[in-house]
This record gives sequence, structure tokens and C-alpha cells, in this order.
Amino acid sequence: MFKPRTPYLYLILPAVFMVGFFFLPLLMAFNISLSDYSRDIYHPAFVGWANYAKLAHSEPFWQAMQNTFVFLFGVVPAMVVLPIFLALLVNGKLKGITLFRSLIYIPVVISMVVVGIAWRWLYADDGLINWFLSLFHLPKVGWLVNPDIALYSVMIVVVWKGLAYYMMMYLAHLQSISQELYEAAEIDGANLWRKHWHVTLPHLRPTMVMVGIISTIGSLKVFTEIYVMTRGGPVGATKTLVYYIYERAFENLDLGIASAAGIVLMLILLVFSMLEMRLSPKDDDAKALEKLKRAETPLLPGKNGVA
Amino acid sequence: MKKALQYVVLILLVLAAIAPFLWLLSTALKGPSENIFAYPPQFIPQHPTLDNFTAVWNKVPMLWFFINSIVVTLLTIFFNITLSVLAAYPLARMRFKGQGAIFFSILATMMIPFQVLMIPLYLICLKLNLTDNAGALNGWLGLVLPFAVSGFGIFFVRQALVTLPKELEESAVLDGCNSLQILWHVLLPLIRPTLATLAVFAFMATWGEFLWPSIILSEPSHFTLPVGLVQLQSAFSSDWKLIAAGTLLSMLPVLVFFFTLQRYFVTGATSGAVKG
Repeated sequence: MFKPRTPYLYLILPAVFMVGFFFLPLLMAFNISLSDYSRDIYHPAFVGWANYAKLAHSEPFWQAMQNTFVFLFGVVPAMVVLPIFLALLVNGKLKGITLFRSLIYIPVVISMVVVGIAWRWLYADDGLINWFLSLFHLPKVGWLVNPDIALYSVMIVVVWKGLAYYMMMYLAHLQSISQELYEAAEIDGANLWRKHWHVTLPHLRPTMVMVGIISTIGSLKVFTEIYVMTRGGPVGATKTLVYYIYERAFENLDLGIASAAGIVLMLILLVFSMLEMRLSPKDDDAKALEKLKRAETPLLPGKNGVA
Repeated sequence: MKKALQYVVLILLVLAAIAPFLWLLSTALKGPSENIFAYPPQFIPQHPTLDNFTAVWNKVPMLWFFINSIVVTLLTIFFNITLSVLAAYPLARMRFKGQGAIFFSILATMMIPFQVLMIPLYLICLKLNLTDNAGALNGWLGLVLPFAVSGFGIFFVRQALVTLPKELEESAVLDGCNSLQILWHVLLPLIRPTLATLAVFAFMATWGEFLWPSIILSEPSHFTLPVGLVQLQSAFSSDWKLIAAGTLLSMLPVLVFFFTLQRYFVTGATSGAVKG
């Protein structure tokens, strides 16, 4: 139908950007990770795997790794479980429910920097949260200044900001569960709890896996929330892997070590991305996508793909 | 009765979602004589004033933060849509040698975290003079070009194009259309909602981005809103009335955008999640 070179003409411009801003930098990142920049940033020396060896023996690096995984193991279960309850709550056919959903969604659309600042103000020593505790005669908590607590305080904010995002994902799948299943369960005499346990939960399981993996990947990359609220402090208690990379690269200008840590991050992420592909519910997704397509292009009801 | 209870629960949830912002608002509206650390806290300002908003507007280049953020976001959306469509069109609607390999390598870029690329990208941008040390325009381009194309964007548009029936092109070719005319007049009008969703994605990813702008930018008048806000926070470390006022101002465009284009935000969330 078209000339043989036509497809390539369309691809030229995107390819230039892809090569220039993805593939070339990726190769450079490997290369940088094998060089020593710490002596002279303008004349890096090739040192082989030395940066990786240094990382393996670096106290701050392992501290950052540990913080990252504490963060992950706290945030991910919360992100998988809590939004299910939210989704059930906003699933009703109440009047004005769409408005409620949108309002609950606000923390998702507001940028992390704004959210971080708002919560720093809530967490202040004489702030609203400590005042609230004082109503119950509880002592003040050093939310962002106590090294034993700061990381958990940041985790609370991240969960608070992300809940509604996953709520919407669950909601989309909740609404695809056939009403007949619930009716059948009712006829069998199931109460509300048992209905959800036996009908809702099995249907949401694939979504739970997706949410778990997406929030794992997000947790491994956490940075801005830390930078805004604690700058990695107090005494490094909230330094995560990406924070470590940022600090090494742009504050200490030790690009070699920073790149090596970046490659380590990429490998960890790769494992989880593979898991995502392996576990993602193929036909469920296809169905959901199909539904979406129909909703989006009402001009073409039910046309088949021509791939 | 049951309905009333449901509304109570919903209202509590909404409060939990917006309370931190309402508290910022209360702080920003308080007059100079009011103690923002008062115990018990004063929720409704006693001498409400807008002075804090004008003060922060005059003390930092807020207007420039807005202009920079808007320009960078619009440019990123424009590049993203254009390049995604250009790449997705042949991948979805034509057959050619190397198609599978090209599509696979595009998908593979979705696996590379930005945090690995940022160091070499910084070196590239220094080489190409794409930092704001070389001027505002260079700074803008340095913020936009690395995010101009995205593997996800190409994938997303391809998925939409692939579902359209083949007959569309066949009849257009009989009418004497070339490939570009088919794309522009026949295919793109049919996937407008997909492009809108992609625009929302690009907006969300760019508007709130902090990491990359904080690396590339150094001159305050070239800052985007997130970088400006972080600087505001350290510049007025204890003046929470000003910090709150500046932070609230920065929220306005997002809220307007969100409430006008809501349905695309939600399609975004349900179509399979693609953050950072």
C-alpha cells in the first residue's frame, strides 16, 4: 500500500531521540560506572569493577539499601491492602459519588513537593499532629527529627498520597465483577463479610499482584519525598538508594560510584519488572483494555483488532 | 439510615485527603499578629488577609516559576504526542523489515530507570549547552528534550491505532490519500481520547518533576515550581505563612486542570498504571 521506505521515514525522528536520550546514556552509564572520577572529574581513569567492589564494602551504601527495603516492606503491603477497603467504600451507587471519588483523588494529582511541604508543616514540633496527640495527653513526637521515627513518618506520607491511585485501579476491577455472583452468594446465605471473602477477593487477586509490583518499583525509586521532608537526615536515617546516588553524583561529584549504584538499582528493578510480566494476568488485562477501548472510541463499536 | 452512614464515611475520607491542604490555607490566610503555633490551634484565621500571597509573589520570582513550569510542561506534552504518533503509526499500521526488533527495543526502554540515565544525561546536556547557565531557552530545552520521547507513549498510541479496522486506509488510498493524509485526516481523529490521556500522563509526569530540574537549573528565575518551592522552603525556613501561601499558589493550575479533565485522569489510572 505504501512505499517500502515510508515506515522508516516516520521512525527517524523518534529514533534519534531514543538513541540520544536512552541508548547512548545507558552505554555511558555502564562506562562511567567502570571509571574513577573521584580524583579528577575531567580526566576519569578506567578502573574496571573497582567501584562495585567499593560499594560492596561501603557502610553508607548498605545503610541506604537497608532504608530502601524497610521503606518497601512497610509501604507495599499498605498499598496492596488499604485501597481495597477504600474501593469498596466508594463503589456504591450513591448520589454524587463521582465528586467524592475526585476529591479523594486530590492527593494523587498534587505534586510530591507540595505534599511534602504540607506534611512537614503538620509534622512540625508545635504542629497540628503533636497538638492532636496532646489532646490524649500523649507526649510530643519528633516526627522528622527523631532518627528512629523519621523514615516511618515519610512512609505514612507516601501511603497517604498513593492510596487513591490504587483505589481507582481496584475500583475498575470491582466494577467488572458480575453482580450475579453476589446474588448467587446471597441466595446461599452469605453475609457481607463472606461475600467479599469468597467473591470479591479472588477476583481482585491479579490486581493485588499488579499493585504490589507497581508500588514495589515506585518504592525502590523513592527520592523527592525524602529530599523535601528530611534531606536524608537525621544522621542519614532516611537516605534511600536513589538519595545515595543523587548525593554521590551531584554533591560529591563522584560519578563513578554513583553510576555503579545506579546500575545496581537497575538490576534490582529489572527483576521486579520481569516478575510483573510473568505474573500480569494476560487475558484479564486484555479484557480490561478492550473495555477501555470501547469506552474511548464510541465511533467503532466492537471492532476487532487488525494487528 | 445506611445511606447517611455511607455519606459520613465518605466525608471523613475526603477530609483525610484534603485536611493537610486546608491547614496550609488556614496558615496562609493568617494576619501578621496571629500566632501560627498557638495552642490550641486557630483553625479559622481571626484576621484573614491575602498579604502573605502578595508578599511571597514579590519576594521570589513566582511568576517565572509559573511561566517556566507551563512552558516546559506544554513543550513536553507536544513532543511526547508528536513523537509517539510518528513512531506508533508505522508500528501499528504498516509492515516492514525489523518491525519486531524495533518494537521490542522501544518496549525495553521502559525498563531503564531514569535514575541510571541522569548522570550521563547531565554530561550530555553540559556538552550540548542544555543547562540554564547558557540562558533560559537552553534551560527549557534541557528540561524537555530528555523526556521528549517515551517508550510508554509509543506503546500506548500503538495499542490504540492497532484496533482500528484496515478498511479505513484502503478506502482512503482509493481516494488518493498519501500516508500522512491518512494519519492526519483518518486515524488521529479516531484516537483523540487516547491522545488526551497521554497528554494527561505527560502533564502529571512533568508538572511535579523535581529531580531532573534540580540538577539542570541553577538560576532562581529559571526554576520550575517544584524547584522554586523547595528553595522557598529553605529561604523562609520558619516563615510558614509565606511558605504556605507560595505552596498553595502553585497548586492552582493542577486543580483547575484536574477538575476540567477528570475523566482522562481516571482512564489513566485504570489503564494499567505507569508511574515514574
